[in-house]
Amino acid sequence: MREEIITSGRLNHLIDPQLNIWHWHIPLYLFLGGLAAGILFFAALFTILGKEKEYPTAVKIAPFLTPFLLMVGLVALFLDLNHKLYFWRLYTTIRLESPMSWGAWTLMVVTPLSIIWCALNIKSIFPNWDWKYKWVWDMEKFFRKNLITISWIMLLFSLILGVYTGILFSAFNARPLWNTSILGPLFLTSGLSTGAAAIILMSKNSHERHTLARIDLMLIGIELFLIVHMFMGFLASTQVHIEAATLFLGGTYTTPFWLFVVTLGLVTPALLEVLELKGFKMPVFIAPVLVIFGGLMFRFIIAYAGQASRWLY
Amino acid sequence: MRYAMAVDTKKCVGCSDCVVACQTENNVPIGFCRDWIVEVTDGTYPQLEIEIRSERCNQCANSPCVRCCPTGASHYSEGGVVLVTPHKCIGCGACIASCPYDARFPHPDGYVDKCTFCLHNRVKKGLDPACVSVCPTKCMYFGDLDDPNSPVSKVLKNRKHKTLIPEAGTNPHLYFLI
Ligand code: SF4
Ligand code: SF4
Repeated sequence: MREEIITSGRLNHLIDPQLNIWHWHIPLYLFLGGLAAGILFFAALFTILGKEKEYPTAVKIAPFLTPFLLMVGLVALFLDLNHKLYFWRLYTTIRLESPMSWGAWTLMVVTPLSIIWCALNIKSIFPNWDWKYKWVWDMEKFFRKNLITISWIMLLFSLILGVYTGILFSAFNARPLWNTSILGPLFLTSGLSTGAAAIILMSKNSHERHTLARIDLMLIGIELFLIVHMFMGFLASTQVHIEAATLFLGGTYTTPFWLFVVTLGLVTPALLEVLELKGFKMPVFIAPVLVIFGGLMFRFIIAYAGQASRWLY
Repeated sequence: MRYAMAVDTKKCVGCSDCVVACQTENNVPIGFCRDWIVEVTDGTYPQLEIEIRSERCNQCANSPCVRCCPTGASHYSEGGVVLVTPHKCIGCGACIASCPYDARFPHPDGYVDKCTFCLHNRVKKGLDPACVSVCPTKCMYFGDLDDPNSPVSKVLKNRKHKTLIPEAGTNPHLYFLI
């Protein structure tokens, strides 16, 4: 049998024997970013469609989560940095070639937008809220007058944020598992799906829950379709990509991926949502909780498995 | 100007002198290395072939590490040498994940470190990089590719050579004579 034995004298910490530079911070950051993007997307969408009354949780309640999600995400990103004191360097340049750079800037746009959105809806949580100062009232009036414009901007930036969570990985040609452009739309879809699930969890209105469950069902369908396509692409590609796919098709990450992401995170909630829409009575929280759990696991598994995939030479 | 290096795999004996010389010259933190030895054994017993390579950052002309750096800390310096400016580096690790050769590592002080071709400490003073000058078998050649009389240009003209994973599209400037 022909053999190839490669012995390397290198043993750099976090690099050898297998890359391990990104731990829980980055997948958590990407998950929270995707979730916030999903919630903000639906808030903006229903506002643009003029359906605030029909979907009150999506427009007025769920967005209150997003500033916290985004800030926790940014803290996770910060904790991941090894040279923390130089954090501000991220915001002294924009480098469009670097997803890390434009993603950080996207967050700088989305976070204030989410705060403005909460401020505009604060009365739905604290009915007696008073801004106290006239200039804050003036600002509120200005934003309220331009609500549709703000919604469009938020819609656009939530999509950018959602895609970015995938592109951050897919831009690395050194890690064959990440290096597929499907990861952008896939993480966007997953983010929108977790966003819809979060809204369903918070909603007390059955019409709203059912519409979002239907949307979520569609998103899960798209996700499954994209996952199948991802594997088809890998298996039809070069040896390094085939080996990357093998991580999920018999390799180390097979069980976590197919069990946690596909079965528990996608197929089971889809079945539950179908049954519920057909009128079966069941605890409504199970499906959305599974969707959110699946989305989180998905980010973690892709982050770790990607670091295990590499070029051979 | 375009600095490049060629390593003769037929002469390299894998003694690791280059590794130690680099660690000493560049004050590489204990436990890390900017260059390393790879030994590839290939074939069917008893017809085995062995290739020994002294590897380091390939000083790629199309470097994914420069492309993905969010702050511009990773950049092309003189002669196409890829360097990291420590006080611009936030230690995000993107460049580490982006290098197909895993040539970078996180320095314990926070920033990212890698081979510099000894650009500032030796090459600009007219010396060869530490690894090249210390090699007991003289298996490494360094110089400017744009200068036809540099040692590296001359040896590349006369010898069959390869680069590592050219299909990764990085356009490496570390050559291996085969
Ligand atoms: S070998 Fe790696 S670190 Fe060096 S220039 Fe190429 S991509 Fe960058
Ligand atoms: S770790 Fe430093 S050099 Fe590398 S991409 Fe991040 S900021 Fe740039």
